[in-house]
Amino acid sequence: MRMQTPDEALAIAAANGDREAFAALLDRHYDRVFALSFRLTGARSEAEDLAQDICCALPAKLASYRQEARFSTWLYRVTVNAAHDRRRRAATRARAADGWGDWEVNRRAGIAEEAEAQDWLSATMARLSPELRDTVALTLGEDLSQREAAEVLGVSEGTIAWRMSEVKKRLRDFARAEGML
Amino acid sequence: MTDDLDKLRTGLASLPPAPDPAAKAKAVAQAMESFERAQETAQPPRPISDRSQRAGFVTGVREMLMKLTTRPALTMTASLAAIAVALTIYPTLRQGAPLPQAAAPKPVAAPATAPAAASLPAPEDTRTTTGEVTAAPATPPAEIKGQAPAQPAPGVVLLEQRAESDAVAAVEGPSPQDFADTGLAGGPLSLTDAAPEMEPMMEAAPATVAAKRVLPDALVPLPEPDTEAFANAPSNPVMIAAEDPVSTFSIDTDTASYAVIRSSLSRGALPPPEAVRIEEMVNYFPYGYAAPDAGAPPFRTSVNLFQTPWNADTELLRIGIQGRLPAIAERPPLNLVFLVDTSGSMQDADKLPLLKQSLRLMLPDLRAEDRVAIVAYAGSAGTVLEPTAASDRATILAALDRLDAGGSTAGAEGLALAYQVAEAMGGDGAEGHVSRILLATDGDFNVGLSDPGALKDFVAAKRDGGTYLSVLGFGRGNLDDATMQALAQNGNGTAAYIDTLSEAQKVLSDQLSGALFPIANDVKIQIEFNPAVVAEYRLIGYETRALAREDFNNDKVDAGEIGAGHQVTALYEVTPVGSPAILNDPLRYGAAQDNALPDATGDLAWLKLRYKDPGASTSRLIETPVSPVAGAADADARWAAAIAGMGQLLTGARYLGDWGWDEAIALAGGARGDDPFGYRAEALRLMRLAQSIAQ
Repeated sequence: MRMQTPDEALAIAAANGDREAFAALLDRHYDRVFALSFRLTGARSEAEDLAQDICCALPAKLASYRQEARFSTWLYRVTVNAAHDRRRRAATRARAADGWGDWEVNRRAGIAEEAEAQDWLSATMARLSPELRDTVALTLGEDLSQREAAEVLGVSEGTIAWRMSEVKKRLRDFARAEGML
Repeated sequence: MTDDLDKLRTGLASLPPAPDPAAKAKAVAQAMESFERAQETAQPPRPISDRSQRAGFVTGVREMLMKLTTRPALTMTASLAAIAVALTIYPTLRQGAPLPQAAAPKPVAAPATAPAAASLPAPEDTRTTTGEVTAAPATPPAEIKGQAPAQPAPGVVLLEQRAESDAVAAVEGPSPQDFADTGLAGGPLSLTDAAPEMEPMMEAAPATVAAKRVLPDALVPLPEPDTEAFANAPSNPVMIAAEDPVSTFSIDTDTASYAVIRSSLSRGALPPPEAVRIEEMVNYFPYGYAAPDAGAPPFRTSVNLFQTPWNADTELLRIGIQGRLPAIAERPPLNLVFLVDTSGSMQDADKLPLLKQSLRLMLPDLRAEDRVAIVAYAGSAGTVLEPTAASDRATILAALDRLDAGGSTAGAEGLALAYQVAEAMGGDGAEGHVSRILLATDGDFNVGLSDPGALKDFVAAKRDGGTYLSVLGFGRGNLDDATMQALAQNGNGTAAYIDTLSEAQKVLSDQLSGALFPIANDVKIQIEFNPAVVAEYRLIGYETRALAREDFNNDKVDAGEIGAGHQVTALYEVTPVGSPAILNDPLRYGAAQDNALPDATGDLAWLKLRYKDPGASTSRLIETPVSPVAGAADADARWAAAIAGMGQLLTGARYLGDWGWDEAIALAGGARGDDPFGYRAEALRLMRLAQSIAQ
């Protein structure tokens, strides 16, 4: 069975036209793509659309998979890039369509306890710049190491470390601002 | 505050609930569908001879779709005759011989007969099909010989001429008898002679074949479409003056091709041959033609004949046209509408930022009574700057600064809005203003444009309203040169490609008064060679501008414009009667009476020009004989010849013999002349670059 075949081998087989290999890859990775999409966009519908777009583009994209990186890393990169493209396309349509921005707009509507916890998360995410948000989604959300996150985002490890310290600084600032209210 | 970081971590971890199974199923189903399609459209990155048959067909289909659908240049009149030729020729070559690259390194002159046949598949096939190849040019009659039915469609010409020159290429190889004699190895070997022509054929011809086989599959969207598209056709073939003495074309003042070539070479790559339009390269440079006299027609023609640098037995006929130099102080005020593409693809440094700088450069050259408006299009079109007097520079600069790239491109909508603004500017009491839209784009007209033909028709309809449209191309990657060409040609404007700030200055500032201020519309050239003096002739360049013979006198047929101060140069390579350079043998049967042609005049040719005054609907005619006496070539003539040689070297150098980059560089180096702006020095540098890249 295919269960033991490594992702990388499946990806190569799929790129060469192996239908089953492609189906196996999809099955293994859809959840992961969806989860990262959710963390990057902050909205279920956005995440579903994004994940679907990525899956549809995957056959064409696989041709460029070179085995230089692990498949999961490569797929993370594809996902982040797709999210970027989507965000850029959406940028002029309306600022508010920017995923987490919606959360911020609707924040005051939340009443329930649980929603309140979500509120804090969405408000925080919405106040981070896109780069910081991507970094947070990968390191905290997907539990990647700084080295892995750096590989996905195509930046140096030092940049990730710096971004995380930026995030801490921002969180502190937010907390202080909240406290003063 | 690691607390907060942990809180963020917990929040994110709890965030994505399991994906909705329905959504997942849908995504997976669509992905599998997309996978199936990808398998059908799979193709290797480069066309090499061992690719699968199927991939070849699909490439062909894709080519065809590009030409039939996305390339607006091609309108409805695609000739069935040309397609029929392609059908006959293509499969034979495909099966009979590997692609030229593969064939080239093996000059196996296998000694005839059986052993050779054993080593290669299907000898019978090849022999018969070779016969078909030679027969093919005979089957499609008159229309393939010479001018395409022409006007609205440079693209049509493109297909037809392609087929035509393919046919010529095929015939020029050894005869079928040779193939039979030398066995099969002779087949591929001799085909390498035609190598430059094979390539276009592989692109053009398979389309038609493939269309029959896999069309249904091919209609699904293709995964990664080519994003650069260039308008071109294979080089004009040698014509026999006795059979086809008349050559007709529209003038072309565009220079975009040269800048594209420069951008490619500067990046260390040879430009794709289809991006090379020789007439645009030659016309890029200023020449010292005599200006027209006052009261005379708005332009003056100078004709010279001199020896061809690459062939001592032929002559180059240079036709130079100089538009009346602008009386700068008297030019009519301008209404300029900048239609700026601000789609996401424009955000690169060599696109929108370069465009903004270019427009800033241009502002000081405008005058107080000129007016400027800016329309941006991306996602939805909008007016960024209402019509504003050019003297109000602060407002214009502020509007420029507001331009920001993002969103997708709704080209058609933006164009409609720009015309609306331009018409409003022309209509509110600004008598005598010249209205012009300057469309600045990377050519990515991908959204809101269901039918490229409709966009072109729209532009053509607006053209009659007196508003001109020029196109400025920026950036590489998805430059849709073909669309740009088609829009500018139909909008009575010019297409230029801007890759550097100095190019922006040349296009916008130096030529502001000229390019934007037309002095003659629909300028067509028709030249009739005297078969008693000229045996063969060949027009160098202008492939996309060919007109049918009868279109010359038809004022309904659109052609190129000349702006104030514009210069246009056309070159013919002419083989005199009796020259050893004649390529075609005389016919054995018939046509013998041609020898008795009256030679009353001794002229080389009769040159006719038609043009319309701006706003006029009927054309005027200028006629002049061309003397057969060859003179010495001045620096300008040698320069034009060197650039024409460069263009041919970049596109296959079919007629150049041993003449190569060294000779081109030497010729150009001796013809630099004054060169106040350094354009020629730059071209020399590009030639050297091309030489080293080509090695």
